[in-house]
Amino acid sequence: MNRALVAILACAGIVATFAAVFASDQVPTQKPISGYDFMTTEVQQLQDDDFANPGLLWVEEGQTIWDDTKVASGKSCASCHGDAATAMRGVATRYPAYSAEADHVINLEQQINQCRRERQGESDFPYESEPLLSITALVSAQSKGLPQSVAIVGPAAESFERGKAFFYQRRGQLNLSCANCHEQHAGDHLRGESISQGQVNGFPIYRALWQTMGSTHRMFAWCNEAVRAEPYPAGSQEYVDLELFERWRGQVLKIETPAVRR
Amino acid sequence: MTDQSDSANWSRRGVLAGLGAGVMLLAMPVRADDASVAQAITDTFGHTPRRDGKITLKLPPLAETGNTVPLTVTVDSPMSNTERVKRVVVFANRNPRPLIAIMTFGPKAATAEFSTNMRLSGTQDVIAMAELSDGSVWQTQVRVLVTVGACDTLQLRY
Amino acid sequence: MPNTRIRVPKTAKAGDAVEIRAIIQHPMENGFRLDSQGTAIPVEIITDFTCTYDGGEVFSVKLEPGLSANPYFSFYLKATKSGPVDFRWVDQDGTITTATEQLDVT
Repeated sequence: MNRALVAILACAGIVATFAAVFASDQVPTQKPISGYDFMTTEVQQLQDDDFANPGLLWVEEGQTIWDDTKVASGKSCASCHGDAATAMRGVATRYPAYSAEADHVINLEQQINQCRRERQGESDFPYESEPLLSITALVSAQSKGLPQSVAIVGPAAESFERGKAFFYQRRGQLNLSCANCHEQHAGDHLRGESISQGQVNGFPIYRALWQTMGSTHRMFAWCNEAVRAEPYPAGSQEYVDLELFERWRGQVLKIETPAVRR
Repeated sequence: MTDQSDSANWSRRGVLAGLGAGVMLLAMPVRADDASVAQAITDTFGHTPRRDGKITLKLPPLAETGNTVPLTVTVDSPMSNTERVKRVVVFANRNPRPLIAIMTFGPKAATAEFSTNMRLSGTQDVIAMAELSDGSVWQTQVRVLVTVGACDTLQLRY
Repeated sequence: MPNTRIRVPKTAKAGDAVEIRAIIQHPMENGFRLDSQGTAIPVEIITDFTCTYDGGEVFSVKLEPGLSANPYFSFYLKATKSGPVDFRWVDQDGTITTATEQLDVT
Protein backbone atom coordinates (compact mmCIF):
# COMPACT_ATOMS: atom_id res chain seq x y z
CA MET A 1 0.00 0.00 0.00
CA ASN A 2 1.08 3.52 -0.74
CA ARG A 3 2.98 4.94 2.23
CA ALA A 4 1.27 8.33 1.94
CA LEU A 5 -2.16 6.68 1.98
CA VAL A 6 -1.22 4.69 5.10
CA ALA A 7 -0.14 7.92 6.79
CA ILE A 8 -3.39 9.64 5.84
CA LEU A 9 -5.46 6.68 7.05
CA ALA A 10 -3.51 6.57 10.31
CA CYS A 11 -4.03 10.29 10.82
CA ALA A 12 -7.72 9.96 10.02
CA GLY A 13 -7.90 7.10 12.47
CA ILE A 14 -6.29 9.12 15.23
CA VAL A 15 -8.53 12.10 14.52
CA ALA A 16 -11.60 9.87 14.49
CA THR A 17 -10.59 8.26 17.78
CA PHE A 18 -9.97 11.62 19.35
CA ALA A 19 -13.22 12.95 18.01
CA ALA A 20 -15.10 9.95 19.35
CA VAL A 21 -13.55 10.19 22.81
CA PHE A 22 -13.98 13.91 22.93
CA ALA A 23 -17.51 13.85 21.62
CA SER A 24 -18.70 11.12 23.97
CA ASP A 25 -17.34 13.07 26.91
CA GLN A 26 -18.89 16.35 25.95
CA VAL A 27 -22.10 15.88 24.01
CA PRO A 28 -24.90 13.33 24.38
CA THR A 29 -25.14 11.03 21.38
CA GLN A 30 -28.57 12.29 20.44
CA LYS A 31 -30.71 15.38 20.82
CA PRO A 32 -32.56 14.96 24.11
CA ILE A 33 -36.36 14.67 23.90
CA SER A 34 -38.48 14.74 27.04
CA GLY A 35 -40.73 11.79 27.84
CA TYR A 36 -43.58 14.32 27.59
CA ASP A 37 -43.27 14.31 23.81
CA PHE A 38 -43.85 10.55 23.69
CA MET A 39 -47.19 10.74 25.55
CA THR A 40 -50.70 11.11 24.13
CA THR A 41 -52.54 14.43 24.39
CA GLU A 42 -54.62 13.24 27.35
CA VAL A 43 -51.53 12.43 29.42
CA GLN A 44 -49.90 15.73 28.42
CA GLN A 45 -53.04 17.65 29.37
CA LEU A 46 -53.12 15.99 32.77
CA GLN A 47 -49.50 17.02 33.39
CA ASP A 48 -50.14 20.60 32.21
CA ASP A 49 -53.26 20.99 34.36
CA ASP A 50 -52.18 23.04 37.38
CA PHE A 51 -54.98 21.55 39.43
CA ALA A 52 -55.76 18.03 38.23
CA ASN A 53 -52.15 16.83 37.90
CA PRO A 54 -52.17 14.23 40.72
CA GLY A 55 -48.46 14.81 41.39
CA LEU A 56 -49.36 18.17 42.90
CA LEU A 57 -50.88 16.33 45.85
CA TRP A 58 -47.37 15.13 46.68
CA VAL A 59 -45.87 18.56 46.09
CA GLU A 60 -48.41 20.01 48.53
CA GLU A 61 -47.64 17.30 51.06
CA GLY A 62 -43.96 18.16 50.60
CA GLN A 63 -44.72 21.74 51.61
CA THR A 64 -46.23 20.46 54.89
CA ILE A 65 -43.03 18.50 55.56
CA TRP A 66 -40.93 21.53 54.61
CA ASP A 67 -42.68 23.60 57.30
CA ASP A 68 -42.79 20.82 59.92
CA THR A 69 -40.98 21.84 63.12
CA LYS A 70 -41.90 18.64 64.96
CA VAL A 71 -38.43 17.16 64.52
CA ALA A 72 -35.71 16.38 67.08
CA SER A 73 -33.86 19.66 66.50
CA GLY A 74 -37.08 21.66 66.37
CA LYS A 75 -35.91 23.14 63.09
CA SER A 76 -38.01 22.70 59.99
CA CYS A 77 -36.50 22.85 56.50
CA ALA A 78 -37.97 26.37 56.35
CA SER A 79 -36.19 27.39 59.58
CA CYS A 80 -32.84 27.28 57.79
CA HIS A 81 -33.72 27.57 54.09
CA GLY A 82 -36.70 29.90 54.24
CA ASP A 83 -39.25 29.84 51.46
CA ALA A 84 -38.86 26.73 49.28
CA ALA A 85 -39.96 28.62 46.18
CA THR A 86 -36.92 30.90 46.30
CA ALA A 87 -34.37 28.85 48.26
CA MET A 88 -34.83 25.66 46.25
CA ARG A 89 -35.08 27.27 42.80
CA GLY A 90 -32.52 25.56 40.57
CA VAL A 91 -31.32 23.08 43.19
CA ALA A 92 -32.75 19.98 41.53
CA THR A 93 -31.02 20.82 38.24
CA ARG A 94 -27.62 20.16 39.87
CA TYR A 95 -28.30 16.72 41.41
CA PRO A 96 -26.90 14.06 41.59
CA ALA A 97 -23.80 15.92 42.75
CA TYR A 98 -20.58 15.20 44.62
CA SER A 99 -20.97 15.60 48.36
CA ALA A 100 -17.85 16.34 50.38
CA GLU A 101 -19.59 15.08 53.52
CA ALA A 102 -20.41 11.72 51.97
CA ASP A 103 -17.27 11.71 49.78
CA HIS A 104 -19.22 10.37 46.81
CA VAL A 105 -21.94 11.45 44.42
CA ILE A 106 -25.38 11.57 46.03
CA ASN A 107 -28.79 12.31 44.57
CA LEU A 108 -31.43 14.76 45.76
CA GLU A 109 -33.20 12.20 47.97
CA GLN A 110 -29.92 11.42 49.71
CA GLN A 111 -29.12 15.11 50.13
CA ILE A 112 -32.51 15.61 51.78
CA ASN A 113 -31.88 12.69 54.11
CA GLN A 114 -28.38 13.96 54.88
CA CYS A 115 -29.95 17.27 55.94
CA ARG A 116 -32.49 15.40 58.00
CA ARG A 117 -29.84 13.41 59.85
CA GLU A 118 -27.41 16.25 60.47
CA ARG A 119 -29.61 19.31 60.91
CA GLN A 120 -32.86 17.84 62.16
CA GLY A 121 -31.49 14.94 64.23
CA GLU A 122 -33.92 12.57 62.58
CA SER A 123 -33.46 9.22 60.87
CA ASP A 124 -33.66 8.90 57.08
CA PHE A 125 -36.99 8.83 55.30
CA PRO A 126 -36.97 5.36 53.73
CA TYR A 127 -36.45 5.34 49.98
CA GLU A 128 -39.73 5.42 48.03
CA SER A 129 -41.69 6.33 51.19
CA GLU A 130 -44.46 8.90 50.84
CA PRO A 131 -42.62 11.62 52.81
CA LEU A 132 -39.40 11.25 50.79
CA LEU A 133 -41.32 11.30 47.50
CA SER A 134 -43.28 14.34 48.67
CA ILE A 135 -40.34 16.44 49.81
CA THR A 136 -38.31 15.47 46.72
CA ALA A 137 -41.28 16.42 44.54
CA LEU A 138 -41.55 19.78 46.32
CA VAL A 139 -37.85 20.58 45.93
CA SER A 140 -37.72 19.40 42.31
CA ALA A 141 -40.89 21.29 41.38
CA GLN A 142 -39.17 24.56 42.35
CA SER A 143 -36.82 24.05 39.38
CA LYS A 144 -39.66 23.55 36.93
CA GLY A 145 -38.71 25.08 33.61
CA LEU A 146 -34.97 25.21 34.33
CA PRO A 147 -32.60 23.00 32.29
CA GLN A 148 -30.80 20.10 33.94
CA SER A 149 -27.12 20.91 34.42
CA VAL A 150 -25.17 18.36 36.43
CA ALA A 151 -21.41 18.46 36.91
CA ILE A 152 -19.62 15.41 35.48
CA VAL A 153 -16.04 16.49 35.97
CA GLY A 154 -13.75 16.57 39.01
CA PRO A 155 -14.92 14.35 41.87
CA ALA A 156 -18.06 13.37 39.93
CA ALA A 157 -16.14 12.02 36.92
CA GLU A 158 -15.76 8.47 38.21
CA SER A 159 -19.42 8.23 39.11
CA PHE A 160 -20.34 9.55 35.67
CA GLU A 161 -18.19 6.96 33.92
CA ARG A 162 -19.75 4.16 35.97
CA GLY A 163 -23.24 5.46 35.17
CA LYS A 164 -22.41 5.61 31.49
CA ALA A 165 -21.05 2.06 31.56
CA PHE A 166 -24.26 0.94 33.27
CA PHE A 167 -26.35 2.55 30.52
CA TYR A 168 -24.53 0.69 27.76
CA GLN A 169 -24.16 -2.64 29.60
CA ARG A 170 -26.44 -5.41 28.37
CA ARG A 171 -28.21 -7.16 31.23
CA GLY A 172 -30.97 -9.58 32.18
CA GLN A 173 -32.44 -12.58 30.42
CA LEU A 174 -33.44 -10.38 27.49
CA ASN A 175 -29.82 -9.20 27.32
CA LEU A 176 -30.72 -5.59 26.64
CA SER A 177 -28.94 -2.43 27.71
CA CYS A 178 -30.73 0.82 28.48
CA ALA A 179 -29.28 2.15 25.21
CA ASN A 180 -30.67 -0.74 23.12
CA CYS A 181 -34.19 0.58 23.64
CA HIS A 182 -33.88 4.19 24.76
CA GLU A 183 -31.14 5.30 22.39
CA GLN A 184 -31.24 2.97 19.39
CA HIS A 185 -35.02 2.57 19.29
CA ALA A 186 -36.40 5.75 20.81
CA GLY A 187 -39.49 6.71 18.83
CA ASP A 188 -40.16 3.13 17.72
CA HIS A 189 -42.91 1.01 19.20
CA LEU A 190 -43.09 -1.94 21.56
CA ARG A 191 -46.56 -3.26 20.80
CA GLY A 192 -48.94 -0.35 21.32
CA GLU A 193 -46.47 1.81 23.22
CA SER A 194 -43.89 4.25 21.91
CA ILE A 195 -40.37 3.96 23.29
CA SER A 196 -39.13 7.15 24.90
CA GLN A 197 -35.53 8.21 25.35
CA GLY A 198 -35.81 7.27 29.00
CA GLN A 199 -35.11 10.83 30.13
CA VAL A 200 -35.53 11.59 33.84
CA ASN A 201 -36.24 15.34 33.78
CA GLY A 202 -39.77 14.92 35.14
CA PHE A 203 -38.98 12.88 38.25
CA PRO A 204 -40.42 12.14 40.72
CA ILE A 205 -43.26 11.33 38.31
CA TYR A 206 -46.90 10.44 38.71
CA ARG A 207 -47.06 7.22 36.73
CA ALA A 208 -50.49 6.00 35.64
CA LEU A 209 -49.28 2.40 35.73
CA TRP A 210 -48.29 2.77 39.38
CA GLN A 211 -51.22 5.06 40.15
CA THR A 212 -48.86 6.92 42.46
CA MET A 213 -45.61 8.88 42.52
CA GLY A 214 -42.32 7.14 41.91
CA SER A 215 -38.64 8.03 41.99
CA THR A 216 -36.01 7.61 39.29
CA HIS A 217 -34.76 4.55 41.15
CA ARG A 218 -38.17 2.90 41.14
CA MET A 219 -38.27 3.49 37.39
CA PHE A 220 -34.77 2.03 36.93
CA ALA A 221 -35.79 -1.02 38.98
CA TRP A 222 -38.98 -1.40 36.96
CA CYS A 223 -37.07 -1.15 33.69
CA ASN A 224 -34.40 -3.58 34.89
CA GLU A 225 -37.04 -6.08 35.83
CA ALA A 226 -38.75 -5.62 32.48
CA VAL A 227 -35.59 -6.95 30.81
CA ARG A 228 -35.54 -9.69 33.47
CA ALA A 229 -32.51 -8.37 35.29
CA GLU A 230 -32.31 -8.36 39.07
CA PRO A 231 -32.73 -4.69 40.01
CA TYR A 232 -30.37 -2.88 42.36
CA PRO A 233 -31.82 -1.51 45.58
CA ALA A 234 -33.26 2.01 45.50
CA GLY A 235 -30.59 4.42 46.70
CA SER A 236 -27.73 2.12 45.61
CA GLN A 237 -24.62 3.79 44.21
CA GLU A 238 -25.20 1.97 40.90
CA TYR A 239 -28.51 3.78 40.44
CA VAL A 240 -27.14 7.12 41.66
CA ASP A 241 -24.38 6.83 39.05
CA LEU A 242 -26.92 5.95 36.38
CA GLU A 243 -29.08 8.88 37.46
CA LEU A 244 -26.09 11.21 37.07
CA PHE A 245 -25.45 9.93 33.56
CA GLU A 246 -29.16 10.22 32.74
CA ARG A 247 -29.36 13.82 33.95
CA TRP A 248 -26.30 14.69 31.90
CA ARG A 249 -27.72 12.89 28.87
CA GLY A 250 -30.72 15.18 29.07
CA GLN A 251 -28.69 18.35 29.81
CA VAL A 252 -30.83 20.91 28.05
CA LEU A 253 -34.18 19.38 29.01
CA LYS A 254 -36.21 21.41 31.42
CA ILE A 255 -37.31 20.02 34.77
CA GLU A 256 -40.99 19.03 34.57
CA THR A 257 -41.64 17.76 38.11
CA PRO A 258 -44.26 16.58 38.82
CA ALA A 259 -44.50 15.00 35.36
CA VAL A 260 -47.27 12.57 34.43
CA ARG A 261 -46.33 9.46 32.49
CA ARG A 262 -48.37 6.45 31.36
CA MET B 1 -80.37 -42.93 -0.05
CA THR B 2 -81.06 -44.78 3.22
CA ASP B 3 -77.71 -46.51 3.23
CA GLN B 4 -76.01 -43.14 2.70
CA SER B 5 -77.58 -41.43 5.72
CA ASP B 6 -74.79 -42.96 7.81
CA SER B 7 -73.34 -40.26 10.09
CA ALA B 8 -69.87 -40.97 8.67
CA ASN B 9 -71.10 -39.81 5.26
CA TRP B 10 -71.51 -36.04 5.09
CA SER B 11 -74.42 -35.04 2.88
CA ARG B 12 -74.11 -31.75 1.02
CA ARG B 13 -77.04 -30.34 3.00
CA GLY B 14 -75.50 -31.38 6.29
CA VAL B 15 -72.15 -29.79 5.46
CA LEU B 16 -73.82 -26.54 4.39
CA ALA B 17 -75.96 -26.44 7.52
CA GLY B 18 -72.87 -27.04 9.63
CA LEU B 19 -70.91 -24.30 7.85
CA GLY B 20 -73.83 -21.93 8.24
CA ALA B 21 -74.03 -22.57 11.95
CA GLY B 22 -70.27 -22.04 12.21
CA VAL B 23 -70.46 -18.72 10.38
CA MET B 24 -73.30 -17.62 12.65
CA LEU B 25 -71.27 -18.46 15.73
CA LEU B 26 -68.35 -16.42 14.40
CA ALA B 27 -70.60 -13.50 13.54
CA MET B 28 -72.18 -13.35 16.98
CA PRO B 29 -70.05 -11.29 19.35
CA VAL B 30 -68.92 -13.48 22.20
CA ARG B 31 -69.43 -11.25 25.22
CA ALA B 32 -69.75 -13.26 28.37
CA ASP B 33 -69.73 -9.99 30.26
CA ASP B 34 -72.91 -8.62 28.72
CA ALA B 35 -74.91 -10.36 31.41
CA SER B 36 -73.00 -8.66 34.19
CA VAL B 37 -73.34 -5.18 32.71
CA ALA B 38 -77.04 -5.84 32.01
CA GLN B 39 -77.44 -6.89 35.61
CA ALA B 40 -75.66 -3.75 36.85
CA ILE B 41 -77.95 -1.57 34.71
CA THR B 42 -81.08 -3.36 35.95
CA ASP B 43 -79.88 -3.01 39.54
CA THR B 44 -79.58 0.74 39.03
CA PHE B 45 -82.55 1.63 36.83
CA GLY B 46 -84.86 -1.37 37.06
CA HIS B 47 -86.69 -1.99 33.79
CA THR B 48 -87.30 1.65 32.85
CA PRO B 49 -87.14 1.94 29.05
CA ARG B 50 -83.97 3.71 27.91
CA ARG B 51 -83.70 6.06 24.97
CA ASP B 52 -80.66 7.27 23.06
CA GLY B 53 -79.88 10.98 23.21
CA LYS B 54 -79.72 14.00 25.51
CA ILE B 55 -76.49 12.75 27.04
CA THR B 56 -72.98 13.29 25.67
CA LEU B 57 -69.95 11.32 26.76
CA LYS B 58 -66.52 12.69 25.91
CA LEU B 59 -63.70 10.16 26.06
CA PRO B 60 -60.40 9.81 24.19
CA PRO B 61 -60.86 7.35 21.30
CA LEU B 62 -57.52 5.82 22.22
CA ALA B 63 -56.21 5.58 25.75
CA GLU B 64 -52.53 4.97 26.37
CA THR B 65 -53.22 3.69 29.84
CA GLY B 66 -56.39 2.16 31.18
CA ASN B 67 -55.62 3.46 34.64
CA THR B 68 -56.50 7.10 34.07
CA VAL B 69 -58.99 7.68 31.28
CA PRO B 70 -60.48 11.19 31.40
CA LEU B 71 -64.21 11.47 30.77
CA THR B 72 -66.66 14.36 30.64
CA VAL B 73 -70.41 13.82 30.71
CA THR B 74 -72.87 16.53 29.68
CA VAL B 75 -76.65 16.16 29.79
CA ASP B 76 -78.91 18.45 27.81
CA SER B 77 -81.20 19.86 30.52
CA PRO B 78 -82.28 23.37 31.58
CA MET B 79 -81.63 22.37 35.23
CA SER B 80 -84.65 24.41 36.31
CA ASN B 81 -86.70 23.62 39.40
CA THR B 82 -89.04 21.40 37.43
CA GLU B 83 -86.82 19.97 34.71
CA ARG B 84 -83.60 18.55 36.08
CA VAL B 85 -81.14 15.70 35.80
CA LYS B 86 -81.35 13.58 38.91
CA ARG B 87 -78.37 11.34 38.36
CA VAL B 88 -75.88 10.05 35.85
CA VAL B 89 -74.52 6.53 36.03
CA VAL B 90 -71.43 5.32 34.16
CA PHE B 91 -70.79 1.69 33.21
CA ALA B 92 -67.91 -0.06 31.43
CA ASN B 93 -69.04 -3.28 29.80
CA ARG B 94 -65.81 -5.22 30.14
CA ASN B 95 -64.55 -4.11 33.50
CA PRO B 96 -64.63 -6.81 36.19
CA ARG B 97 -67.07 -4.48 37.98
CA PRO B 98 -69.13 -2.78 35.29
CA LEU B 99 -70.55 -0.05 37.56
CA ILE B 100 -68.07 2.87 37.62
CA ALA B 101 -69.88 5.55 39.66
CA ILE B 102 -73.24 7.17 40.37
CA MET B 103 -73.30 10.97 40.13
CA THR B 104 -76.16 12.98 41.65
CA PHE B 105 -76.91 16.63 40.86
CA GLY B 106 -78.36 18.56 43.79
CA PRO B 107 -80.49 21.73 43.75
CA LYS B 108 -77.36 23.92 43.75
CA ALA B 109 -75.92 22.44 40.56
CA ALA B 110 -75.80 24.94 37.70
CA THR B 111 -75.40 22.50 34.82
CA ALA B 112 -75.65 18.76 34.39
CA GLU B 113 -71.99 18.32 33.58
CA PHE B 114 -68.99 16.74 35.28
CA SER B 115 -65.51 15.40 34.57
CA THR B 116 -63.54 12.64 36.27
CA ASN B 117 -61.01 9.87 35.51
CA MET B 118 -61.90 6.20 35.17
CA ARG B 119 -60.22 2.82 34.86
CA LEU B 120 -60.68 0.59 31.83
CA SER B 121 -59.42 -2.98 31.80
CA GLY B 122 -58.85 -3.06 28.06
CA THR B 123 -60.66 -1.93 24.93
CA GLN B 124 -64.42 -1.71 25.53
CA ASP B 125 -67.60 0.38 25.47
CA VAL B 126 -68.30 2.98 28.10
CA ILE B 127 -71.99 3.57 28.71
CA ALA B 128 -73.44 6.64 30.41
CA MET B 129 -77.09 6.93 31.45
CA ALA B 130 -78.96 9.94 32.78
CA GLU B 131 -82.15 9.82 34.78
CA LEU B 132 -84.22 13.00 34.53
CA SER B 133 -86.69 14.44 37.04
CA ASP B 134 -89.60 13.10 34.93
CA GLY B 135 -88.24 9.58 35.40
CA SER B 136 -87.06 9.07 31.83
CA VAL B 137 -83.67 7.46 31.22
CA TRP B 138 -81.35 8.51 28.40
CA GLN B 139 -78.18 6.78 27.31
CA THR B 140 -75.10 6.96 25.14
CA GLN B 141 -72.16 4.71 24.44
CA VAL B 142 -68.56 5.34 23.38
CA ARG B 143 -65.88 2.84 22.45
CA VAL B 144 -62.37 3.36 23.84
CA LEU B 145 -59.33 1.52 22.54
CA VAL B 146 -56.84 0.85 25.30
CA THR B 147 -53.34 0.24 23.99
CA VAL B 148 -51.14 -2.32 25.63
CA GLY B 149 -47.41 -1.86 25.82
CA ALA B 150 -45.12 -4.88 25.74
CA CYS B 151 -43.77 -4.17 29.22
CA ASP B 152 -47.25 -3.54 30.69
CA THR B 153 -48.26 -7.15 30.30
CA LEU B 154 -45.64 -8.31 32.78
CA GLN B 155 -46.50 -8.72 36.42
CA LEU B 156 -43.66 -6.61 37.78
CA ARG B 157 -42.75 -6.00 41.40
CA TYR B 158 -41.86 -2.34 40.99
CA MET C 1 -56.31 12.57 57.02
CA PRO C 2 -55.71 12.22 53.29
CA ASN C 3 -54.39 15.23 51.44
CA THR C 4 -57.01 17.10 49.39
CA ARG C 5 -57.02 19.96 46.92
CA ILE C 6 -60.08 22.02 46.05
CA ARG C 7 -60.57 24.92 43.68
CA VAL C 8 -63.36 27.43 44.19
CA PRO C 9 -63.12 30.88 42.60
CA LYS C 10 -62.81 33.72 45.14
CA THR C 11 -65.75 35.66 43.74
CA ALA C 12 -68.70 35.10 41.39
CA LYS C 13 -71.74 36.99 40.16
CA ALA C 14 -75.14 35.81 41.39
CA GLY C 15 -76.61 33.34 38.90
CA ASP C 16 -73.22 32.39 37.44
CA ALA C 17 -72.28 28.81 36.77
CA VAL C 18 -69.01 28.39 38.68
CA GLU C 19 -66.58 25.56 37.99
CA ILE C 20 -65.61 23.63 41.10
CA ARG C 21 -62.75 21.11 41.16
CA ALA C 22 -61.76 18.66 43.87
CA ILE C 23 -59.14 15.92 44.19
CA ILE C 24 -58.15 13.65 47.07
CA GLN C 25 -54.99 11.60 47.54
CA HIS C 26 -56.21 8.03 47.74
CA PRO C 27 -55.06 4.75 46.13
CA MET C 28 -58.62 3.56 45.33
CA GLU C 29 -57.40 -0.03 45.60
CA ASN C 30 -59.68 -1.99 43.31
CA GLY C 31 -59.02 -5.41 44.82
CA PHE C 32 -57.54 -6.79 41.62
CA ARG C 33 -53.93 -5.84 42.18
CA LEU C 34 -51.34 -8.17 43.65
CA ASP C 35 -48.58 -7.21 46.03
CA SER C 36 -44.94 -8.28 45.57
CA GLN C 37 -45.76 -11.61 47.22
CA GLY C 38 -48.58 -12.32 44.75
CA THR C 39 -51.38 -11.85 47.29
CA ALA C 40 -54.39 -9.76 46.27
CA ILE C 41 -54.47 -6.31 47.86
CA PRO C 42 -57.94 -5.88 49.42
CA VAL C 43 -60.37 -3.22 48.17
CA GLU C 44 -59.81 0.12 49.84
CA ILE C 45 -61.77 3.00 48.35
CA ILE C 46 -63.48 6.30 48.99
CA THR C 47 -67.19 5.48 48.78
CA ASP C 48 -68.84 8.89 48.89
CA PHE C 49 -68.08 12.44 47.80
CA THR C 50 -70.42 15.37 48.43
CA CYS C 51 -70.23 19.09 47.73
CA THR C 52 -72.73 21.37 49.49
CA TYR C 53 -73.32 25.11 49.34
CA ASP C 54 -75.97 27.57 50.57
CA GLY C 55 -77.88 24.90 52.46
CA GLY C 56 -78.18 22.49 49.54
CA GLU C 57 -76.32 19.79 47.69
CA VAL C 58 -74.41 20.69 44.53
CA PHE C 59 -72.99 17.38 43.40
CA SER C 60 -72.41 14.00 44.98
CA VAL C 61 -70.87 10.73 43.86
CA LYS C 62 -71.12 7.12 44.92
CA LEU C 63 -67.65 5.91 44.00
CA GLU C 64 -66.77 2.41 42.84
CA PRO C 65 -63.32 0.82 42.31
CA GLY C 66 -63.65 1.66 38.60
CA LEU C 67 -62.63 5.26 39.27
CA SER C 68 -58.94 6.15 39.05
CA ALA C 69 -56.63 6.53 42.02
CA ASN C 70 -56.66 10.02 43.53
CA PRO C 71 -60.28 10.56 42.43
CA TYR C 72 -60.87 13.90 40.74
CA PHE C 73 -64.15 15.67 39.98
CA SER C 74 -65.08 18.91 38.32
CA PHE C 75 -68.65 20.23 38.12
CA TYR C 76 -70.64 23.49 38.12
CA LEU C 77 -72.25 25.30 41.02
CA LYS C 78 -74.95 27.96 40.68
CA ALA C 79 -73.81 31.03 42.62
CA THR C 80 -76.63 32.39 44.80
CA LYS C 81 -75.11 34.03 47.87
CA SER C 82 -71.79 34.38 49.69
CA GLY C 83 -70.90 31.47 51.88
CA PRO C 84 -68.68 28.43 52.31
CA VAL C 85 -68.52 25.65 49.74
CA ASP C 86 -68.11 22.43 51.71
CA PHE C 87 -66.54 19.20 50.53
CA ARG C 88 -66.77 15.83 52.20
CA TRP C 89 -65.23 12.48 51.34
CA VAL C 90 -66.10 9.25 53.14
CA ASP C 91 -63.73 6.29 53.16
CA GLN C 92 -65.11 2.73 53.16
CA ASP C 93 -64.10 2.38 56.83
CA GLY C 94 -66.07 5.52 57.69
CA THR C 95 -63.19 8.00 57.85
CA ILE C 96 -64.45 11.44 56.91
CA THR C 97 -62.26 14.04 55.22
CA THR C 98 -63.55 17.57 54.80
CA ALA C 99 -62.43 20.75 53.10
CA THR C 100 -64.04 24.13 52.74
CA GLU C 101 -63.52 27.33 50.76
CA GLN C 102 -65.34 30.67 50.88
CA LEU C 103 -67.19 31.90 47.79
CA ASP C 104 -68.09 35.59 47.66
CA VAL C 105 -71.09 36.37 45.49
CA THR C 106 -71.54 39.91 44.25
